[in-house]
Formats: sequence, structure tokens, C-alpha cells
Amino acid sequence: MQEYSSSASSTLPQLPKAPTGIEGLDEITEGGLPKGRPTLVCGSAGCGKTLMGIEFLVRGITEFDEPGVLMAFEETAEELTANVASLGFDLKDLQARRMLRVDHVHVDRSEIEETGEYDLEGLFIRLGYAIDSIGAKRVVLDTIESLFSGFPNESVLRSEIRRLFRWLKDKGVTTIITAERGDGTLTRQGLEEYVSDCVILLDNRVIDQITTRRLRVVKYRGSTHGTNEYPYLITGEGISVLPVTSLRLEHQVSNDVVSSGVPALDEMFGRRGFFVGSSVLVTGTAGTAKTTLAASFAQQICQEGKRCLFFAFEESPQQLMRNMASVSIGLENHVAEGRLRIEASRPTLNGLEQHLVTLHRLVKEFRPDAVVIDPITNLITVGNLSEVRSMLTRLIDFLKVSGITAYFTALVNGGMGRAEMTEEGVSSLVDTWISVRDLEGVGERNRGLSILKSRGMAHSNQVREFIVTDGGIELLDVVLGPTGIVTGASRLTQQLEEHAQALAAQQEAERRDRELARRRRMLEANIANLRTEFESVEEELRQISTHEQTRQEALQTGKQRIVAANPPAVKTPPTGQPGN
Amino acid sequence: MEPEPFPDFLDPSERPGPEYLLHLYITGATPNSTRAVRNIKDICEQHLKGRYELLIIDVYQQPELAQEHDLIGVPTLIKLRPGLVRRMVGDFTDRARVLKALGVVSPLDDPAGHE
Repeated sequence: MQEYSSSASSTLPQLPKAPTGIEGLDEITEGGLPKGRPTLVCGSAGCGKTLMGIEFLVRGITEFDEPGVLMAFEETAEELTANVASLGFDLKDLQARRMLRVDHVHVDRSEIEETGEYDLEGLFIRLGYAIDSIGAKRVVLDTIESLFSGFPNESVLRSEIRRLFRWLKDKGVTTIITAERGDGTLTRQGLEEYVSDCVILLDNRVIDQITTRRLRVVKYRGSTHGTNEYPYLITGEGISVLPVTSLRLEHQVSNDVVSSGVPALDEMFGRRGFFVGSSVLVTGTAGTAKTTLAASFAQQICQEGKRCLFFAFEESPQQLMRNMASVSIGLENHVAEGRLRIEASRPTLNGLEQHLVTLHRLVKEFRPDAVVIDPITNLITVGNLSEVRSMLTRLIDFLKVSGITAYFTALVNGGMGRAEMTEEGVSSLVDTWISVRDLEGVGERNRGLSILKSRGMAHSNQVREFIVTDGGIELLDVVLGPTGIVTGASRLTQQLEEHAQALAAQQEAERRDRELARRRRMLEANIANLRTEFESVEEELRQISTHEQTRQEALQTGKQRIVAANPPAVKTPPTGQPGN
Repeated sequence: MEPEPFPDFLDPSERPGPEYLLHLYITGATPNSTRAVRNIKDICEQHLKGRYELLIIDVYQQPELAQEHDLIGVPTLIKLRPGLVRRMVGDFTDRARVLKALGVVSPLDDPAGHE
């Protein structure tokens, strides 16, 4: 379908369109209103029909340099000027610059007496003169149906209005005709019969005490268009239409990675962080430190010198900063230096669309690298489920297209089995989903963190216990007990037990060492004893041999002395000895 | 515009100009316009002879007047005097209504007046 129309557009000239400049409307109509043709804008009271007309003219002048004529049947030029001044539209100035002409057509039944046949040529002349005098390309007829109250001759009116539209078409001016919505018909007087090129229906509905304005392109001859009902808002800058979904998924992706602000959490991801421009959802039951995780992320972004926009739907900026300071997440500096912007408001302050518009506006204004919304669940208080979902879809789309990393927190009910289901059903839209939950057991609650999904990168499958300390968030190493991963007191017990065991083992080892040393000492003592004994024996033996030697020597000496005393017979004749 | 101590209609004889001041706006020679001119001239001659001033303006020639005088339907007759300003739109075939709007009570104001 899409391919067909795009290939057709390349060969055939497309219906020329006049961009309205109204935020979002040109997207829905795929380029604007049919150029040179009338468009009917109908809706009940208070829908902003007149405003849409005026904005069409003003934007045409300021953005597309197309002069315009406003023919007002209900309000005078002064009233209109005053009414739209709050939107920053200076009709007086535009009139002075001859870019705009406002013609108030006063229709009063009591002043007009019908006396026979007539036509509305006066109107044609006025309009023609106004158009020609400034070279207008755009015309707004603000509630032409008022004529029906002034001129009772309906058949004349009808044929004249038909002629007027034909005439406008021939003049080639892009026209908006506003009309009040009728009972069961688009307009009270059935003007839709005459305007067949483009019909836009505005609607103002109150559901559950919340008003939502919606816009629908009923028909658009010769062009494709968004067919849904699109919520729109009247903001400080005019009308803003929000396409529910961008029709295509073709945003640019980044291969860069941004840290989560918690080093241990980064390690759980294959690429050590989230992809830039992806969307991250942190779900958890109450009190599972979702905000703290979000604040860590915001701090991380700011520390890298990037900008972060933080939407707090629960806490005021001061409260948030104070609370985060208690866990060593310092946000004040970043706020002071303009890297962090905290927007705090109660969700009930505005309708959903208003929130979305605020977001759009701030994102465009602040140009952040990351957006944190804490928590998205609170929005449910101002809309029903499907509305919140569609709004979040739009939001995520918008942020993705802008390449902004989105970080959402969501509160989930602690009910069994549902803990991993966000009510808003946005989990399928996000790229990374981190679940924090209470792990309850043995009389206490502990926080467990796990990654449920992370598109495009490997991630840890472990449930990690994390604690919020004075120094920030810490993820603890996994402690495995006999029944799996243990946390909290069980973990402490387990750790203590392990510690005790280790201690015992160490003591045992030390004891063995001491025993060995003692034995060695004993052995050494024995050896020393034996050696001493040996030495004494040796000594004794040595002494004995010495004595023997001494004795021998003494004997020898004695003998020699005897010999000396009795000289041998050689010198003297031997006596008694045969000297032979 | 000299200050008037009393409303105009109390003493019309003293005022300058004729009693009836009528402006008729037409668009060229369209059937409605020509018929209107013929009819109003006829009515005036018949009922207000010598007491009126009729100004016929072709808006095609002076389109800026259309906005100035807040013209919608054409032909339009604006009765500026006497009394309140009144507007009549149409080709004046409904004579009774014209006369009523002009504030002329005619002796011929009977069914025969319609002709």
C-alpha cells in the first residue's frame, strides 16, 4: 500500500497541498489542505474551529508568505484580535503589513427586510475585493452558517453558498469554512454537501471528567490521509495535533552505548550499558528504588556532559534532590549547570495530551540526550488504559525518532504472577526492560534486580540483589545457598556460615602447622640430645685415647730416661752381658 | 453636523435636503438589480414624490463600499432617513413590505397595492 502510493507519486503529479503550519495537522493530511480548494472544518461549540482558521491564516502568512483573508460572521475584528493575542498572533500588525484582511460580516435578522429576489453578490464583492487587494492565497470563512439566521430564504442561500464555494475554487484560494456541528449531520445546514474536497471534524468529549479534543479527517478527496481520531490541544502556541502513532518504524539507530549509572548493572549487559536512543523501562513494586535507579542514570548522563530531562510525577525537584543526595547522587550541581532539568508536576494537572505536548515542547526546547519519566504509571490517573498506552506509544516513538535515550519507571502491582506485566502494556515497546522486585522471605524484604529483556545485546540472566547504600546503589555478588540465590539476612547468614567455615578451616590449618612445628622442635630437641650424648661419649673416648697416648708417651720417656742412666755396653764393656 | 437639541424626526421640515434619504446598492445590470431599480423608482415616485433622494450605487464600480456598508445580499436598500436606519434586501417586488419598512402609510396600502 505504502509502496504503491510512493511509486505512484514519483510518476504522477500529486494533488498540490497548502501546508497549514499547524503542528501535527500537516502530518495527518500528508502535507496540508488541498491547495486552491475549500476545506470544511466542523465541530461543536468550543472546539477551536475559529482558532484553527485563524492559525491557518497566521501561519500561512508568517511561515509560507501567503496573505490571507478572514471573513468573520460571528465576531468582530477587535474581538478576534483580542482573542488570539494570547497565542502570540498579532492580527493588527499583520493587517498593517497588508498580509491579512479581517472583514466582519454583521448579520442581523431584525435589520434585514426581505422584499423580493436577491443574491449574495455583496458578499462575493467584499471577498473578491479583500482577496485582490492583498493578493490573498488563503481565505477563512468563520461560520458562514450564520447567514441562515439572517436570511430566511434558504433556497437562495443554498444556491448562493454553492456558488460561493465554486467561485472560491475558481479563484484558486485555499479556503477553510467553519461550521457548527449539527444533530446527526456534520453541519447544521448540511454544508458538507457543497464542500466535497476535504472535511475535518473536530470533537470535544468529556470522559471521566477529563476533556479531550479530537480531530478526524472525514474525507480528503484525491489524497491519502490519517483516518484515526487524533487528540489535539489548544496550547499557548496554537493548535497542536498529535498523531497517535508515527506510521513507520524507520528511525535511525545508534550503535553507541550509554551507561546506566550503576557500574555493576552495566556489567550485566553484554555491551555494558544501553544503546543510545533506546528506551529503557524499569518496573517494580513500591519502594524498590526505581527512582534511585533513574536518578543514577540521570546523574551519569550529566556527568558525561550530556543533558537530561527528568519528569518527576511524584516528587518536587527539591524533594527529589534532597532524597537523592542521601544516597550520594548529587543532582544540584547538574541542575545549576543546566545539564539537568527536572520538571515536576502532578499528573492530574493536565490531560494526557497536555502532558505529551509539554514533553514535546520541553524536548524541543531543551534538546536533551536522555529523558527520564518517573513514573509513567501515574499517568493512568488521568486517562484510561488505552489512552495511556497510545500516548506512551507516541512518546516512545517521538523520543526514538529524536534519538533520545528514554528511561521510564513504572510501578507494578505486587500481585503474584502479574509482577512482570506493566498495565500500560508498554513493555513490548521498550528495548530494555529491567525488573526490580521485592524478594520476601525469612521476615524481611530485599530488592532483587534482573534484566527481562535487552534488545540487541546479551545480558545476564541472574537475579542480583541490590542495596541502596549511602554511597549509591550497589549490586551485590551473587550468593548461592543450598536453595538457590540467597538474599538479605539469609545471604548474611550464608556469608557468616561460610566465613565461620573458612575460619575453622584456617584454624585447623594453623593448628596443623603448629603441630608440625612442635614435632619438628621435639625432633630437633631429640636430635640435639642425641648429639650431646654422642659428643660426651666422643669426648670421653677421646679423653681415654688421650690418656692412653699420654701414658704411652710417659712410658716411652721413662724408658728413654732409663736408657740414658745406664749407657749401653758399646762404650763401656758390658757387664754381665755377653758382649759378643 | 450641527448639534441638534431634539431628535431629527420631530421637525423634519427644518432639516436640509429631502425627507427620505435612500441608498440603493446594486451590482451592475443583473436582472435583480435592474428590476430593483425599476421597482424602487416606481415606489418612490408613487408614494414619496418630491420628498426623497435616491442614490444608486453600483458596487461593482466601488467594491470597497461593500465592506464599509456591510453588504451581503444584493440589491440592498438602506434607508438613512427618516427615523432608524433600515435595510431592505431584494428586488422590491413585495411592495407592502417595502412601504412598511420605509414607514410610508399609503392610502393605496391595500391588496390592490400589490398589483
